[in-house]
Amino acid sequence: MEALYAIAFGTMLAAALYLLMSRHLLRMVLGLLLLGNSVNLAIFISGRLTSPVPPLVPDGELVLAAGANPLPQALILTAIVISFSLVAFTVVLFERAGAALGTADPDAMREAEPRTPAQADAPPDSGAPE
Amino acid sequence: MTQAWILALPVCIPLATMALCAMLQRRPGAQRLLSVAGSVALLGSSLLLLAEVHGGKVLATQFGDWRAPFGISFVADLLAAAMVVITGLMAVAVAIYALVDGAREREHAWFHPLYHGLLLGVTGAFLTGDIFNLYVWFEIMLISSFGLLIQGGTREQLDAGVKYVILNLLVTTLFLLGVGFLYGLTGTLNMADLADTIPGVENRGLVKTLAVLFLLCFGAKAAVFPLFFWLPAAYHTASAPIVAIFAALLTKVGVYAILRVFTLPFGGVLDYIGPLIGWIAGLTMITGVLGAAAQFDMRRILSFHIVSQIGYMLVGLAVATPLALAGSVLYVLHHIIVKANLFLIAGAARRAGGSYHLGSIGGLHRSAPLLALMFVIPALSLAGLPPLSGFWAKFIVVRSSLEAGHVVLAAVALGVGLLTLYSMLKIWNEAFWKPAGPRSEEAARQWRANPRMRLAMLAPIMALAALTLSIGLYAEPFVDFSLRAAEQLLGGEAYARAVLGDRPVASAGDLP
Repeated sequence: MEALYAIAFGTMLAAALYLLMSRHLLRMVLGLLLLGNSVNLAIFISGRLTSPVPPLVPDGELVLAAGANPLPQALILTAIVISFSLVAFTVVLFERAGAALGTADPDAMREAEPRTPAQADAPPDSGAPE
Repeated sequence: MTQAWILALPVCIPLATMALCAMLQRRPGAQRLLSVAGSVALLGSSLLLLAEVHGGKVLATQFGDWRAPFGISFVADLLAAAMVVITGLMAVAVAIYALVDGAREREHAWFHPLYHGLLLGVTGAFLTGDIFNLYVWFEIMLISSFGLLIQGGTREQLDAGVKYVILNLLVTTLFLLGVGFLYGLTGTLNMADLADTIPGVENRGLVKTLAVLFLLCFGAKAAVFPLFFWLPAAYHTASAPIVAIFAALLTKVGVYAILRVFTLPFGGVLDYIGPLIGWIAGLTMITGVLGAAAQFDMRRILSFHIVSQIGYMLVGLAVATPLALAGSVLYVLHHIIVKANLFLIAGAARRAGGSYHLGSIGGLHRSAPLLALMFVIPALSLAGLPPLSGFWAKFIVVRSSLEAGHVVLAAVALGVGLLTLYSMLKIWNEAFWKPAGPRSEEAARQWRANPRMRLAMLAPIMALAALTLSIGLYAEPFVDFSLRAAEQLLGGEAYARAVLGDRPVASAGDLP
């Protein structure tokens, strides 16, 4: 069972990296989402797939005898919240960048790159953008 | 005051300031006052922390009273406390500078809450003793820096933002992956406990792989050789105070994480990873300084110099003697002050000369003589000339590498110092010495007509320059402090004892 989960994680990670290497902002966002989820799955497997019982301490007892490992679940919960907010930000940023720069190909965005000597000779910087 | 409060205050103060600034969103005047007050309070609380650990004691506390390997620990040794103090110093300097330049027009875009959010993430990362918690602080720091970077909303900033966001999110997520694997391997996330557990792990191959994964993630944060591309693509688009605080703190959090992780949890694989770090350090120094030599925008030159200087900080781990690590510690502390100051000076030079571009600026030695004098101190310190702070930092780095037989690293460090001097001379010749063009003259007139702006810009610049000068002239206590911090880093027992106490230590066998 763990092997199956591990293969699923590897496939997701590979797909995420493939999407991240594409030259389109939308695919890159999907890659980031998939990357976050594959990492969450990795944390889940790291906690070992032991028991399907929820990790609740039974009434009247002090220790958790049988139950799934609760720590990876807590870690994943934190990671999901963080990656959700970051991806939400990223989507808005990419939307604005795509609209302002007129392209969704990050390689074609050269606005912040040094100008070529020919361009640099014509107008030095305008001084305005800051 | 109890230990727990002394440790928690440097995190609580930026958190409270951030929340209050956000609530006062519609009242910029109150926000400005609060921002400076919060920064001063942060500096005060960090000094309190330094006073407490200065004798060599390691402070530790567990949140919620959960026993050490299970709860989240906050720990301060000499290095962490010094980093928090320097964060406080930078917070005050940049908050004062931001009163007049680069922040006013961004107050409606939440400048002050984001600024304190950034400080919150940085101090948290310095103080935490838990590696998953470190990831959380990284993310807090990251989301604040995203917001600050693209605040102006210009085309240039959106382009820079796309690249900065993608690369930083990718490496931070890989860091989380490393944390997950580390937990699967050892069953613990507490750094002191990890230092106990990792040497007993049988699967050495996986330990080495994880060490390299962490080096990749923190190295990308610190902008080392093959992973630095996000930095020069983004930093030069932000406004002066924002880029100054980025340059001071963000990459240094990566360096701090490398220093911490490869002395404490992964201390055992340092002999394997040390030569790798040596190569990275040398190539980082060279590529950074060559990149800077090709640039003609002051902020771009300075951005590439951040990359080059990170190389010096990593030499300490490659050499891995106490003296070499002391060199790294002193280098980080000196570099934060000098680099932030140079970016503030570049911002002031733009006000006084009308541009960041070396081609269109000039005559500043006449129109802003005090600024010219103030430029000389951090610029020569960055290049490592005596009697400034950079000289001592570089001297220790070079001497320790020579003593340990790393002649090539020492030679690279010296050669890169010369090229740094070349870049600084270029800025001096073009911006300060060259006669002023019409645009610079017009800007200089406005600069002279506005004494309040001059004061708020020059006061932090002069304070930081004075600090650089005093580290240079009165180096002994600083060198001594770095040596003690390095010994504590390499020792590790004091740290582990402070965190774990006499309690039994969880081991890999206790895995569920």
